Amino acid sequence: MAALLAVSRCGPAPIAAWKGPLVPCRRWAGAPADTVYDVVVSGGGLVGAAMACALGHDIHFHDKKILLLEAGPKKVLEKLPETYSNRVSSISPGSATLLSSFGAWDHICNMRYRAFRRMQVWDACSEALIMFDKDNLDDMGYIVENDVIMHALTKQLEALSDRVTVLYRSKAVSYTWPYMLPVADSSPWVHITLGDGSTLQTKLLIGADGHNSGVRQAAGIQNVSWNYDQSAVVATLHLSEATENNVAWQRFLPSGPIAMLPLSDTMSSLVWSTSHEHAAELVSMNEENFVDAINSAFWSDTNHTDFVDWASSMLHYAVTFLKPTKVSARQLPPSVARVDAKSRVLFPLGLGHAAEYVRPRLALIGDAAHRVHPLAGQGVNMGFGDISSLVCHLSTAAFNGKDLGSMSHLTGYETDRQRHNTALLAATDLLKRLYSTSATPLVLLRMWGLQATNAVSPLKEQIMAFASR
Amino acid sequence: MCLSGWVGARFPHAQPTVRASCSAHAREGGQLLLGSVWGQGKTLTLGYGPRSLLNRGPGLLACRPQRLGKIAEYLRSRPRRSQPSGRCRRSSDLCLILVEFLPLESATTLCLPESQGRVLSFAAAKRDTSFCLIYSKNQLSWTLQIKPWVFHEYRIMWSKSYRMTFACLNTMKSYRYPWTRLYSTSRTTVDSSEVKTFLALAHRWWDEQGVYAPLHSMNDLRVPFIRDNLLKTVANHQPGKPLSGMKILDVGCGGGLLTEPLGRLGASVIGIDPVDANIKTAQRHKSFDPVLDKRIEYRACSLEEIVEESTETFDAVIASEVVEHVIDLETFIQCCCQVLKPGGSLFITTINKTQLSYVLGIVFSEQIAGIVPKGTHTWEKFVSPEKLESIMESNGLSVQTVVGMLYNPFSGHWHWSENTSLNYAAHAVKQEHPVPAETETEELRAQASTNSSVHEELKK
Repeated sequence: MAALLAVSRCGPAPIAAWKGPLVPCRRWAGAPADTVYDVVVSGGGLVGAAMACALGHDIHFHDKKILLLEAGPKKVLEKLPETYSNRVSSISPGSATLLSSFGAWDHICNMRYRAFRRMQVWDACSEALIMFDKDNLDDMGYIVENDVIMHALTKQLEALSDRVTVLYRSKAVSYTWPYMLPVADSSPWVHITLGDGSTLQTKLLIGADGHNSGVRQAAGIQNVSWNYDQSAVVATLHLSEATENNVAWQRFLPSGPIAMLPLSDTMSSLVWSTSHEHAAELVSMNEENFVDAINSAFWSDTNHTDFVDWASSMLHYAVTFLKPTKVSARQLPPSVARVDAKSRVLFPLGLGHAAEYVRPRLALIGDAAHRVHPLAGQGVNMGFGDISSLVCHLSTAAFNGKDLGSMSHLTGYETDRQRHNTALLAATDLLKRLYSTSATPLVLLRMWGLQATNAVSPLKEQIMAFASR
Repeated sequence: MCLSGWVGARFPHAQPTVRASCSAHAREGGQLLLGSVWGQGKTLTLGYGPRSLLNRGPGLLACRPQRLGKIAEYLRSRPRRSQPSGRCRRSSDLCLILVEFLPLESATTLCLPESQGRVLSFAAAKRDTSFCLIYSKNQLSWTLQIKPWVFHEYRIMWSKSYRMTFACLNTMKSYRYPWTRLYSTSRTTVDSSEVKTFLALAHRWWDEQGVYAPLHSMNDLRVPFIRDNLLKTVANHQPGKPLSGMKILDVGCGGGLLTEPLGRLGASVIGIDPVDANIKTAQRHKSFDPVLDKRIEYRACSLEEIVEESTETFDAVIASEVVEHVIDLETFIQCCCQVLKPGGSLFITTINKTQLSYVLGIVFSEQIAGIVPKGTHTWEKFVSPEKLESIMESNGLSVQTVVGMLYNPFSGHWHWSENTSLNYAAHAVKQEHPVPAETETEELRAQASTNSSVHEELKK
């Protein structure tokens, strides 16, 4: 006889004390003893794959089970294509150290990368410029194609296949979070349901699935974000003449910064952030016009005004008077001759920052936690910084026998990285806004600020150190 | 309108008369009772009723169903006005009742025969809360778990009848339910106030921000201390499992706070504690992790009970926050020494007996700041490191390290310190050669077993 009473009253109730969607965790009646993974990394992009490699390589994780979930297919690169890819990243020395710690940097060195030693950043509306370089002309950073990094990481994952399992073409469709307090017979692990219906259990879920992170949305973590009204155009450029090409150039136009990053003696990569309409125009115009547009963006002085020029030369005299030793003259970037066909692509830009990086049994890294404007070249470097911090905390926790999903060390990671990332995000956003206008007071302000910063080398060194961590 | 339900359980030795119990509850302002269920010598009474009928005596119900069908029938037979305004609908699918629990001696699982169907459970969000689980898809099958938690009353908002989605739980008030006083359970073994305090806290072991937060953060000191000192005795160790191959005994393990990290580091650990509820909590917590399940074993006994069978079997014995609860420290250390292999390590963390430890450890921590539950410690039982060292040395354990620990209540972290006047940790190694006064210890042991002088009090 059917027994049961149900009285239905109100609709679903608001969730009071829980920080996320509350889904009752069913007791898996009759479920087999599934393996409980120690760490599952959701998202196999640059940051996710590097996280899996770093964990697999860590000595205290030798008997732990790590899983990497990647929604796309495995990308196999038999041989390096002759043409350069149009998506490149600027890898800071700190990130290079991380990559070499688990052996991926060697693979990159065997493929191709370009080290740059100087960076010149200048304004379109004034003569001000800032030149970063290291005293001993060490490498300031490396320009590596994203495909090359990805391939190196894939190779390294294959080498670590006894500890790290990679599931390609697996997209997680839903997540079940554990309760805050231990509750009888409900699993304390995170349950992930994949597209094919199978489920996984894990002690710690690391979300590395990009700025539209599904993990972050499923956890209900608030994300502070806004779209810049800008798109970035990327292309691979052929220079008109072969040069040493170890300088990264960036010029702030009122419409947005344009940057040229060296790829080889004759090729460079372009990243031009500009308004949506202009970006669409650039992508669709013919090659000659595009090349002309690039050259004039770097070379022309149309945005200068006499007043600003006079003011800047005043400051310049003052600086040379006080500090006569170092004079940096403005250098011009190499001119562009051709563009690789089909290498012009555009993508929209925005800013994003997750309010919390961690929850019990959850950590966000990379673009899932923060998304930044490419003007400072810091996006993926922040992600790699997140990896070093999180691996350090997890390694110590594993060596202390702690439960990997415990908030005590996850909050250590969050504090660490939020301090660094918030500062960098705020600075990048400020720079973007400051340089997107040609109003004279602001131009003067930024010109003096830039020249002053250029003159004070300890300050420049601090900036470089912060960015390369 | 909200419905609240509860479950009361009692352990009568004689079969209670259901009618009498129902009337008692009704008199005390209880709610509609639906019935009681028998199983495995324990009675479960299922209560259910609309909140608007609180504090009225709606009439008695006597049914001894093992079927919820009878309950439904009963409800259907009630006059309309006594039913919740949403109408008591028969649903063939889900029946959701949130229950509250009485403090009980031990976790009990009742399984009815012909157990089928699915069990759904979900929990309450707050501390001190019990948690509920009932669901039944067909009337013959359900499993109920009761946990020994302090009683609270909840308000539930029902969602759809076919799907259980969320329950919003608010603690209304906490009070002792009447019928705990009606039926004093004679199954309790130890009836001291410490047991009650302890039992009320038995489910809180694993709440990292709860009452035991200082113990959780003490792991950041204890585990490296134990691990590093044990690694010194080993030539090389496996990466990832530094303590593999070691057998460790954790005396007074409580909920397994220290046992689990040691298990994760590869050791095979046996955790013992005289309080059964602790062992049950610890068992349940480790059961979810297959690796730990294999490496850790829990037993509800005291150290003396296993001394005989496990002489010289352990590479390390850990008595963390235990010796300040032990009555006879001398015999305790002797027993520890006996179960240790020669060359094995004994690790003790405890509190010093100084004026500072009285002021900070008892007055401040227990009474003022509430860092430690009241009544956990008695200052007379604190042991100074000198006394501990002398006892250990006289039992053939050579003391290697004594180092102080300091707790910062604001940050919640522990630090090592030179100053041992509050908390301290000691590491001693059992000497290889046998202790000279063998006969004397044998006499002592005989005395100990005859008058059972050592019985460990509960640790916090």
